[in-house]
Amino acid sequence: MQNLKFKSLFFRKLKNGLFSIFSFFAVASSLFLIGWILFEIIKNGAGAISWEFLTNPSIPYGIPDAGISNAIIGTVLITFTAAAISIAPAMLAGIYLAEFGKNKKHAGAIRFGANVMMGIPSILVGLFIYMAVVVPSGNFSGLAGAIALAIIMFPIIMRTTEDMMAMVPNHLREASLALGMTKTRSTLGIVCRSAKNGLITGILLAIARVSGETAPLLFTALFCDDYIQNFFSQPTANMPVLIAEYATNSPFEEMHKSAWGASLIIILAILAINVSTRILLREKKNGH
Amino acid sequence: MKISTDFIFKKACRLCAFAVPIFISAFFVQLAVSSSEAWKVFGLDFIVSGEWNPVSEKFGALNAIIGTLITTLIALSASLPLAFALALFIADAPEIMAKPLAHAIDLLASIPSVIYGMWGLFVICPIMQNIVQPFLIETLHFGKIPFFGTQGNGFGFLTAGLILAVMVLPYICAVMRDVFKMTPPMLREAAFGIGCTRFETAKDIVVKYGKRGILGGIFIGLGRALGETMAVLFVIGNFMGPPASLMGSGTTIASTIANNFAEADGLHKSALFALGLILLAMSLLIQAVSQYCLNKTDANSN
Repeated sequence: MQNLKFKSLFFRKLKNGLFSIFSFFAVASSLFLIGWILFEIIKNGAGAISWEFLTNPSIPYGIPDAGISNAIIGTVLITFTAAAISIAPAMLAGIYLAEFGKNKKHAGAIRFGANVMMGIPSILVGLFIYMAVVVPSGNFSGLAGAIALAIIMFPIIMRTTEDMMAMVPNHLREASLALGMTKTRSTLGIVCRSAKNGLITGILLAIARVSGETAPLLFTALFCDDYIQNFFSQPTANMPVLIAEYATNSPFEEMHKSAWGASLIIILAILAINVSTRILLREKKNGH
Repeated sequence: MKISTDFIFKKACRLCAFAVPIFISAFFVQLAVSSSEAWKVFGLDFIVSGEWNPVSEKFGALNAIIGTLITTLIALSASLPLAFALALFIADAPEIMAKPLAHAIDLLASIPSVIYGMWGLFVICPIMQNIVQPFLIETLHFGKIPFFGTQGNGFGFLTAGLILAVMVLPYICAVMRDVFKMTPPMLREAAFGIGCTRFETAKDIVVKYGKRGILGGIFIGLGRALGETMAVLFVIGNFMGPPASLMGSGTTIASTIANNFAEADGLHKSALFALGLILLAMSLLIQAVSQYCLNKTDANSN
């Protein structure tokens, strides 16, 4: 009955007031942080961006007209290869959890494993691919980077696929099966189709998430100051490693500026992906 | 049994799903094999030894482990209260305010860590060096607290911890937000009905109801902070010696790996893999605990 003892209303209200103030402080400070980071990126990055910056390849310091086009191409190539490797198996795995493994014990364990896998530090995936791909093949390559990113994407796509398919109402499944469709056709043609926007959203978010990953690429794709010679057997230029290299290993103002410019481009790409997923999901909501 | 498309489809799905446990065990096996040399040479002393000398080939993980724990601790203690208040605010606020706010905070999670690192290096470090650290030391006399440090150059545990705090904030906040939304409205209304203030409702009803979920959110943030590499690498100073003070330079497990990997070979590289194995074990454990907590809340809410 200790909880019922008399507490002065004044102190209760005071506590509540302090808590409200702290809440507002939390909201204001987090909004300020977001604004600050974006502001710094835009302020420092906007000056670097020009047509030459986007179309010339990166070159060692001292030569004028350096750009980042090789890194942009490399990042696009690595990310899309990763997506190409990862999407199909990850979606099949998600379908398994949503459609076949509903009440099975091992499905629960796999879901648990996928959630755990999402939290594994990306640098460890880099170490793993370094030993599993880079060392046996004898050289750093864009492909190794893509495989590392594919592994990071796998649980993300898998879990969103499962969540999105679980939202499809059961009577759609029953109706299609009653029409005599096989389970395969019902799953792919009816359930996946009605969850289409959600599935695309999951894939886009996974791409956005890995497009800025740096640590795994340090051990796999590395960097080179030229256009891609051979994606499968040569180090491949990419944006995150370019930023890391230019920001830490170079004392030159010019290179720091390039790093900010590259960050601005990455952030714009990620924002664009995020906005498009919101539009996709909103369309779906209106459609129902 | 007749082989039909259904059969093949189901088997294919099952095969892909089982890739998850295969990957996780493959990480373990690969790291264990690659680090076997270090474990053979140093044994379990590797974990308790603080020496890191590539020239005499003596390696120990202790400094990196302590550094990881310090930065994680700073990150969590700075971001937890903020995330908690934010999540409560968002769960309480009207839809029109809550949604944009939630999206804005999710935006923090989508910024790549290398950009946080650059922001920390070029923006936060100078501010820490010129404004925050002199203020803490000279004006507030925090230097008298043991281990706090009496001088700083902007780099070090404190800076790294604060940047990590910004990075884990959206993850913790997102989990807590979901947990708070799961509190049955009836319970909250009842609490308001008997005259509880907002704070008391939050403290006695919402938090009690979502205890496990909150714990799960904390552990998710913990896991993120442990394994973060690039942002920490840029600002921690990469000093391999024993941590001297909060303001001083140090290292974490992940930043040690990233910083040393390019020039390491032989036993040195093996020691880095051993560090990776320690990090993997730590983060798997933490993730497992967080998932256990969050699963339980799902079960309760049904």
